[in-house]
Amino acid sequence: MDVSTINLPLAVLLPFVGAAVVAWAAHFHRVAAAWLAGITTLLALGVLYPALIAVFAGETLIQSWVWMPAIGLDFAFRLDGLGALFALMILVIGLLVILYARYYLSAKDSMGRFFAYMLTFMGSMLGVVLSENLLQLMVFWELTSLSSFMLISYWQHREDARQGARMALAITGGGGLALLAGILLLGQMVGSYNLSDVLLAGEQIRAHALYLPTLVLIAIGVFTKSAQFPFHFWLPNAMSAPTPVSAYLHSATMVKAGIFLLARFFPVLAGTPEWSWLIGTVGMITLLVGAFVALFQHDLKGLLAYSTISHLGLITLLFGLGTELAAVAALFHIINHATFKASLFMVAGIIDHETGTRDMRRINGLLKYMPHTAVLAMIAAAAMAGVPLLNGFLSKEMFFDQAVVASGESLWGQAIPVMATLAGVFSVAYSLRFIHDVFFNGEPVNLPKMPHEPPPFMRIPVDVLVVLCIAVGMLPMFTVAPLLAVAVQGTLQGVPPEYSLAIWHGFNEPLLMSFIALVGGIAVYAVRKPLFAWYESRVRGQQLRHLYDWKIDKLLQVARGVTRGFDRGSLQDMLFWVLGFTLLMGTAGFLSSAAPLLGERVLLPLDAVSLAVGATLILASLLSVVLHRERLIALVVLGAVGLVVSLAFVKFSAPDLALTQLSVEIVTIVLLMLALYFLPQYTPRTSAVWRKWRDGILAGLLGLGAAVLALAVMTRETATLADYFVTQSVPGGGGANVVNVILVDFRGFDTMGEIAVLALAGLGIFALLQQIKLYAPAEDSSGRAWALEANPFILQTFSRVLFPLMLMVAVFVFLRGHNLPGGGFIAGLIAALAIVLQNLANGIGWTAQRIRSDMHSWLAAGLLVAAGTGMVAMALGYPFLTSAHTHVHWPVVGDFELASAMFFDMGVFLVVVGATVMILVELGKLNRLDAPTPVLQGEV
Amino acid sequence: MMHLPILPILLPLLAGILLLLLRPLGLQVQRMVGFVAAFALLMLAVWLFDASLAGQRQVYALGNWPAPFGITLVFDQLAALMLLVTAILAVGALWYAIVTEIDAQGSHFHVLFQMQLFGLNGAFLTGDAFNLFVFFEVLLLASYSLLLHGGGKQRTVAGLHYVVVNLVGSTVFLFALGALYGALGTLNIADMAAKVAALPAEREGLVMAAGLLLLLVFGLKAAMFPLYLWLPAAYARTSAPVAALFAIMTKVGVYAIIRVHGTVFGVDAGNLAYFYAPWLLGLGLITLVLAALGVLAAFRLRFQVAYLVLASVAMLLIAVGLHSEAGLAAALYYLVHSTLLAGGLFLLADVIVRGRGTYADRFDPGMRLPHHALLGGLFMLAAVAALGLPPLSGFFGKLWILQAALEHPWRWAVLATVLISSALLLIALARSGSVLFYKVKDRPDAADPVLPTQIPAFGLSLTAVLWLLAAVPLLVVLAHPVAEIMQQVAAQTLDVVGYRAAVFDPAVGGK
Repeated sequence: MDVSTINLPLAVLLPFVGAAVVAWAAHFHRVAAAWLAGITTLLALGVLYPALIAVFAGETLIQSWVWMPAIGLDFAFRLDGLGALFALMILVIGLLVILYARYYLSAKDSMGRFFAYMLTFMGSMLGVVLSENLLQLMVFWELTSLSSFMLISYWQHREDARQGARMALAITGGGGLALLAGILLLGQMVGSYNLSDVLLAGEQIRAHALYLPTLVLIAIGVFTKSAQFPFHFWLPNAMSAPTPVSAYLHSATMVKAGIFLLARFFPVLAGTPEWSWLIGTVGMITLLVGAFVALFQHDLKGLLAYSTISHLGLITLLFGLGTELAAVAALFHIINHATFKASLFMVAGIIDHETGTRDMRRINGLLKYMPHTAVLAMIAAAAMAGVPLLNGFLSKEMFFDQAVVASGESLWGQAIPVMATLAGVFSVAYSLRFIHDVFFNGEPVNLPKMPHEPPPFMRIPVDVLVVLCIAVGMLPMFTVAPLLAVAVQGTLQGVPPEYSLAIWHGFNEPLLMSFIALVGGIAVYAVRKPLFAWYESRVRGQQLRHLYDWKIDKLLQVARGVTRGFDRGSLQDMLFWVLGFTLLMGTAGFLSSAAPLLGERVLLPLDAVSLAVGATLILASLLSVVLHRERLIALVVLGAVGLVVSLAFVKFSAPDLALTQLSVEIVTIVLLMLALYFLPQYTPRTSAVWRKWRDGILAGLLGLGAAVLALAVMTRETATLADYFVTQSVPGGGGANVVNVILVDFRGFDTMGEIAVLALAGLGIFALLQQIKLYAPAEDSSGRAWALEANPFILQTFSRVLFPLMLMVAVFVFLRGHNLPGGGFIAGLIAALAIVLQNLANGIGWTAQRIRSDMHSWLAAGLLVAAGTGMVAMALGYPFLTSAHTHVHWPVVGDFELASAMFFDMGVFLVVVGATVMILVELGKLNRLDAPTPVLQGEV
Repeated sequence: MMHLPILPILLPLLAGILLLLLRPLGLQVQRMVGFVAAFALLMLAVWLFDASLAGQRQVYALGNWPAPFGITLVFDQLAALMLLVTAILAVGALWYAIVTEIDAQGSHFHVLFQMQLFGLNGAFLTGDAFNLFVFFEVLLLASYSLLLHGGGKQRTVAGLHYVVVNLVGSTVFLFALGALYGALGTLNIADMAAKVAALPAEREGLVMAAGLLLLLVFGLKAAMFPLYLWLPAAYARTSAPVAALFAIMTKVGVYAIIRVHGTVFGVDAGNLAYFYAPWLLGLGLITLVLAALGVLAAFRLRFQVAYLVLASVAMLLIAVGLHSEAGLAAALYYLVHSTLLAGGLFLLADVIVRGRGTYADRFDPGMRLPHHALLGGLFMLAAVAALGLPPLSGFFGKLWILQAALEHPWRWAVLATVLISSALLLIALARSGSVLFYKVKDRPDAADPVLPTQIPAFGLSLTAVLWLLAAVPLLVVLAHPVAEIMQQVAAQTLDVVGYRAAVFDPAVGGK
């Protein structure tokens, strides 16, 4: 494959691969990690080299593949002048930082981890500046936030490192979310997320209704990343990172990502009053706040951090001015700031490394201990202050020039050059402080280490950068000019304006402003002592950082309050919400249509018996609520409710249902009584009065709602499937009992599911009781011991005689089921009842002892028979559960309808018996834990 | 092969029966049979998924009774997708349960596990609303016991709440089905759709009321505000493999909404077309906010993960609530991502908890974990995926949902809620990761008993975690084909007319 067609993604992905290799290699040799990181960076540069040549020749390279067309995401890369400028900064400064870090890290720091994170970050940054697709840019953008989190928290054992990293992640990651929204809107407007399309759609975007929200959202992304006011405070807190990280992330790369985006979107979003107001104002405030606060930092890196904020504000302000020349100045300052700030951070790291502190109140007079480093630092700091013949001077002149141009007529306009000069004053003052405090100003105070020059290789990166500062400052046309030109072209996406990089422009306003700044800066520094005192007493406490911490605390409080308030872990609460919402949604459903609540169908006349039955039902239900504290009585009343319901089934000619209901009712009540044995006899009163009222009203309304729903259905005539079932029952299903044919044939699949449910209930209760330890009380609530007398003799005798008879009834009911009321389900329940009766009459222990077969096998057999019946049909080429039936004539018995569904019903029978008996036996076993098996009369 | 749709239902059922029969042979045999069955189900699901991509729906008339009189199974791409996700999840969860021997902490784990799959697969395949109820009962009954597996007081309390709340849900389900049957005269989903399309105006109120009740029931399963209160404790308190498997349980609710509401109240439902969607969207947004606050408020890792599951469900509800084809496709992509991720997160949390000894999953600084860097890295990976940051699947899913939301009138609300809650998750997960992995003590407190220096079965447990978390990068690398498949699935799912045609004339079957 031709490398030149894939070199952009290759360059971006190389550092990621390198990160993995480095992490692995560090296991074998510490320094190998550094070497490999450096080689990776060089390789990326090498891969990019031909593309850079092409860009300098005026081309824009785009390399694109399909990734996720559904969301307009391409795997697409772009290299133009702007990208080239940033890619070079990322790689070249990256290389220097790697060299520096190799000597900076101490023996107990893991090199593998450091360089792996570093390369990950480098790859992410390259991804940001080389992405053609904006969604892909977002991917890399958030990756820079994540990898910077890892880098800042590199010294994980330090609280400030963890906090600083979290803060940086929260702010830049959070800002990334706003940016994402902005980019989504941009894509929505343009119909494409590819920069090539977006860059051409500037006019369309600026005229669009979504322009302002898009601008604001993108600006938030930019401001958070580039540490603009009021999001700037994360940057000083990120200074707890190792200094190479600060030199890389907080001078040349990460914080410049936001600036990069301003440049990237300059042709698209700039040129409107909204842009100038938003970007310009924020840039100006940041410029001033950063320069001002920087002066008062005693931490060397803190000073540099605020100075960085200030310079980022300057660049932002330049872009905010919106003119092409201002953009040129901004780009120029990006380059210059990267060089002098990276070198200054490295110097700060050297000083920290060699003295053991970064406190400028203690580090004094280092000139004689490390003269070489001191010279480098002084040059770089002078560049930062904007001293002539250094690169900072040139771009600062351009900035002052643009400030004057922008001043115009308005009062606000007039203020721009004034404020710019003021910022220049503070900038000179803090640069002066950096030089004077550290290298002069008497002797060092109580340093942990005796300072001396660093290892030579640690200083080389600083040497290189400082030489660049001087070279650009003195010979701009022969050094930076081509790079700047190509970057300008890439940024503006058009013909670049005329600009001059000369050192001398004659006596003009910018020169005057520079002069005022220099003199003013020296004057401010001269009166620093009272200023520091004032700052300490008035300003220091007012930091945004505290506001942020307070907000996060507040957020946590709110989160905990809301969560604990809503999710109390109370069942009553859960049910209140579920039931309340049931009422709400049901009502809302009816109300969202103009349709009448009830239908036209005439209701049946009310007869006395129905009325009585209905009244009993209501009364019994109410009684079970009123009496619910007396659990046994409540249970009996509940049984009455069930009985009345089965009577209702009889009334509406549903004998099968009545039979089922009746037997289910009995089995359930008996099982519940077994369980009651382990529970307190009375429910304590715990609910507050208001709660009872609330729940009572809700219950009443729900009951009413259920009645209305039922009425709404019953007052309407609907053609249902029933007719089909009735007509097909005999010819299709081979049985005259439609209910049974529905259960085992028409909807046999449902029944199979339901017997699985039953089996699961049995198994579940088995499993639950295996792992639960229940201690049955030895006495009742009034302190009386349980009666241990034998069960009534007559009942015992009769029940044992009845047992086979009941089983016969079960068999009978089972066999007739297909044609007459009955069937496997009811038969199973009757058989289970036969055993329940033994329980009641002879005691649980006695019965349980006599049930020898393992009910697991019954359940398995039942399910197998049911499923097997269905599968026989499959074997014969019919769908699962297809039934067959035939009419046979048996001698003696007579005509007999034989349906395959009977086998299925057999399965049902087995499962019903198995599940019921299993529960009985398991509960019975528990009972025996406590009470000894009563000795029965007549027992041998 | 005409029997295709029934196979994923029969396989776990038969495996469950077999396990019940083989009970006397001991746990080792149970493990082997259970895992082979789960793996076979995965193979089957892969095969079925591949078959579904041809675009044909397969309709299976149980008992050979024609629709709408008998019960029909409808196998389409959506069902195939759900089956596949379930099977992948099940293999991981089961493997974890076996290697950590959590399956030995109570009776019948393997039977219940297979029956759970039986219920799930049935719910995905059925074309009948009442049969859906039956399978809901099956999967709930199995889940009740699985949730309680292993016992313990707090687990039992959470389990009781889960059972009672779901019993209420089942009751409402019956009310809703009764009302719908009374109003429409049928329970076959395709037939219900046909009846709703021709619904007399005087029944609209009744049908909407029943439809909303049904939405409540599915919303309860899906854990939609204000019905999610059962979820955090239940998921946080149960054993890890069960919690992992339950990652699909909330999705069953979402699936049911897509299937039942999307079909019955779909495009041609006249006045009732998508009438439920604003409810879904609105409640989804509220759920998302509360879930994000819950993640932030959590004092324990497992509660945090439980609330993360809630947040992912909320995203799904929002995406489905957009009721557009893009929204649905995005929802499906997000569903696959969030289900497998949640499963992986629960397992990972358990590995971490086992390494932290008495510190368990509390967000208190503990000792340095065994395999500190690896676990920390995996946690970061999972966290990044869960909060929807690049470069993992959560980001792409979220992006897709947001893009779909831009076409909706509520776009600002969706955009703001989703992004702000993402920021909250970011803050929360950075805090918890920082406490768990960075803020370690140098030496144990005097009060600490001996802390683990090893995590038992670490390597084997990790395979299960990786099996599930592998989805997260794969969904990104394979974003192109995956997204195309999701679009195809969404298109087929929304083609209600085709669905009806396939059910009533199985020969048609096609799109």
